[in-house]
Amino acid sequence: MLHRPATSTQITHLQRLWLYGLVGLVIAFLIIPCLIVVPMSFSDSQYLEFPPRVWSLRWYEAYFFSSEWRQSTWVSLKVGAATTILATILGTLASYGLHKSGNLLKPIISSALMLPMMVPLIFVAIGVFFVYARLGLNNTITGLVLAHTTLAIPFVMIAVGNGLSGFDMNLERAARGLGASPVRAFLTVTLPQIHISVLSGMLFAFVTSFDEVVVSIFVSSGANSTLTKRMFANIRDQVDPTVAAISSILVVLSIVVLVAGQFIQRRSRASPSPD
Amino acid sequence: MGAGKVSIRHVHKAYGAFKALDGISLDIQPGEFLTLLGPSGSGKTTLLNIIAGFERPDSGSLMVDEVEFITRPPHKRDLGMVFQNYALFPHMDVFDNVAYPLKLRGIDRASIRSRVMGALETVHMDKLAARRIGELSGGQRQRVALARAIVFEPRILLMDEPLSALDKNLREHMQMELKRLHNRLGMTTVYVTHDQQEALTMSDRIAVLDRGKVIQLDTPQNIYDHPNCKFVAGFMGETRFLPVERRDSGYHLDSRSLRLASEPLHRGANGWLIVRPERLRWAGNAQRDNRISGKVMDIVYRGDSHLVSISLAGDHEISIRHTGSEGKELPVPGQDLELWLTPEASVVVGDAIQ
Amino acid sequence: MTVMVQEVKPAIINNSLLQRSRSLQGISFIGLSLPAAMLVAAVLIIPFSWLAWLSLFDATGNLSTENYVRLLRPAYVESFLTTFKVAGLVTAICVLLGYPVAYLLSQLPQRAAQILMVFVILPFWTSVLVRTYAWLVLLQRQGIINQWLLSSGLISEPLPLVHNMTGTVIGMVHVMLPFLILPLYASMKAIDPVLLRAAANCGASPAQAFRQVFLPLSLSGLSAGIALTFVLCLGFYLTPALLGGGRVAMWSTQIADMVAKFANWGAASALSVVLLIVTGAILGGVNRFMRVSNAWGGKP
Repeated sequence: MLHRPATSTQITHLQRLWLYGLVGLVIAFLIIPCLIVVPMSFSDSQYLEFPPRVWSLRWYEAYFFSSEWRQSTWVSLKVGAATTILATILGTLASYGLHKSGNLLKPIISSALMLPMMVPLIFVAIGVFFVYARLGLNNTITGLVLAHTTLAIPFVMIAVGNGLSGFDMNLERAARGLGASPVRAFLTVTLPQIHISVLSGMLFAFVTSFDEVVVSIFVSSGANSTLTKRMFANIRDQVDPTVAAISSILVVLSIVVLVAGQFIQRRSRASPSPD
Repeated sequence: MGAGKVSIRHVHKAYGAFKALDGISLDIQPGEFLTLLGPSGSGKTTLLNIIAGFERPDSGSLMVDEVEFITRPPHKRDLGMVFQNYALFPHMDVFDNVAYPLKLRGIDRASIRSRVMGALETVHMDKLAARRIGELSGGQRQRVALARAIVFEPRILLMDEPLSALDKNLREHMQMELKRLHNRLGMTTVYVTHDQQEALTMSDRIAVLDRGKVIQLDTPQNIYDHPNCKFVAGFMGETRFLPVERRDSGYHLDSRSLRLASEPLHRGANGWLIVRPERLRWAGNAQRDNRISGKVMDIVYRGDSHLVSISLAGDHEISIRHTGSEGKELPVPGQDLELWLTPEASVVVGDAIQ
Repeated sequence: MTVMVQEVKPAIINNSLLQRSRSLQGISFIGLSLPAAMLVAAVLIIPFSWLAWLSLFDATGNLSTENYVRLLRPAYVESFLTTFKVAGLVTAICVLLGYPVAYLLSQLPQRAAQILMVFVILPFWTSVLVRTYAWLVLLQRQGIINQWLLSSGLISEPLPLVHNMTGTVIGMVHVMLPFLILPLYASMKAIDPVLLRAAANCGASPAQAFRQVFLPLSLSGLSAGIALTFVLCLGFYLTPALLGGGRVAMWSTQIADMVAKFANWGAASALSVVLLIVTGAILGGVNRFMRVSNAWGGKP
């Protein structure tokens, strides 16, 4: 096996063994911190041993029986859901509009819409904090949703833009030629063709909001604290093992999302639709 | 420059269940221009890659000038190769691309300079030595790739469909140039193509490949005029086939005895008569030539000629060109027509090699 | 004459009508992007411009350079230096660790590459907060790494791995590595593998072919990855705030502290403006370099 050539220039697997080893180490470095909290969260000890000497659900109980944690989880879910809806609608409209127009403003608007992804989050955080203070939006759900929607729009636009670039606009023209109004043509022809991209945009939007920390630290507190804000405060002040239980749940969720995403991607690649 | 004799023996290569090469044996003579011709999937490119060292066969032997090459890595083979899409290094200019093999061989700068410029002159690219690869046209890239392959004077030059990316006129021009270059430099050349016209124009010999086997290995003229089976005949020219039947001493077409100039290689009970438009005659001698009769189906104007399609009994179809110099009127659709084939132009082949 | 006029006139009218309707069409489609654009303007562009404007005034409301002059104080200068040091170190480590991974990804057969890719993407998908927390747990005094080192006898007392520069750099490398690997991989994937065959055919050993052909062709993707990583490091807040334990004063943590602890908007804005300009300059510079490198053809 090892002596078989790995490339067309006849480098064998044996000659590449060092590369496999090195890459294996880097992958271990990337993966272990993502996964190790899961077994550790079942430890009974305050110091989260690995492997745990005594297994327990202590920290999960601490999470589920705390009204504060439950409340902030609820806030995060609400904000995430509202952000998903708003960002998907605004982002899809913007992506579609920019895709179809050849206007001079197009490059300016599209790069402005990409800004929230490029600018360091700390800028967004202090800017939002500053303006919300004047508008009375600090510590409100509305304020969080608006800020998170802004952050999520570029991700929705990228996902939908990918779908649109693989979509044959002649199909929409054909629908218009057959008598469909622009809105109807979009809803009945274009949207069904790019729905996978829109779905993945929604997923991005939800994850962007649910995982967002920096802006939430500044503009959410008290009863309207997000889950991440409360986790951040807990981590900074003491290493609270309850966070390990929450983190484990989040890790498992992100693996589920990743696998689901791969599955959707593979299915959409297998199906004849262009996105 | 050395000799440049290649001996390939019993080479097998399979990808899973697909046999890319199924026991190929082939001798390539020093200085010869040999073309590997076949449809895609015939194994011609696999064979070239095995000679170049980019693929390792499952079994078999590859001798170059009596030295076993089969396990030798590609960078120690000293074979020049022109790749299908040229594979010029985009981060180097024309000069550096051509100088690259010489630099790797540790040649001093002064001789690199003179040899690179020599090679570029050979391909008429010496004026563009400082150009970036991105600034060259397809034909110019082709020339640079050729210069890079010959600059270190390899014994053997390998070419993998080098002209396939060029348009028709340029391709025909480059065919002539490559042929002249080969005559001048005299290095053994192995040329892969799926274009029969290209193979006929350029080669000393052609090896026709199909499904991993060499079907026929011969001079272009013999391959064209005396194909050894239906596959080779069908691959060359605009060939149509009419079924013939063996009775007593010879073959019969439509129950008429077929007159052949020489005894056919094929000896089976049923065979095929090769009919190509340029070999059919509008007039013939009933005592000497073979007669084929049918009904005109349609006539297509081709610019230099009309192409007349004729349907024969048994749902067969052949065609012939009408250029206006035949002394015969252009027929009309539906008209009955008699066409003639001389015994020299009448060749019978079987389904497979005997 | 009348016939002529009648023939010409509709043509003129049609042309101007067509032109107008075409530009109307453009406006109506671009109009679909306006709600999103207005939101981005309201939440990001206007607040930041407002802050940038405020940074030009002193505490009494007079136009002054006070906020910028203050940035020359040793504490701020040190935080600049720390920021660049951390960003540089993190980027360098990412290059060393990420290049081999991207290279192998680009060379593996598709199925194996897909599997390896999942391992690169998974951290990308996992919340930064969770990963930072994991590092905190791993690296703390009683954490796994110190326990292992102690029990194996390599050290006699726990190493300070976290709440300092070491922890910050480790955590940031973990966050940034995918940002380096992904663009690098994309650019390596665009290198035609036939070029390596051509190099071998010219007589280059695998090592020579890598050094003389693959490496130079991967440099444009590498520089894009480096720029992205470096710029992300400059403004990164979460990991330094948690793993630095207040001892690693970076640009982002300074800005946050000035707002949250001292409500000193002028200073925070001035710092942000400088950071934004530096970030923009780096990205602009790389963009220009990239265009130059594209000019000599990324692809044959």
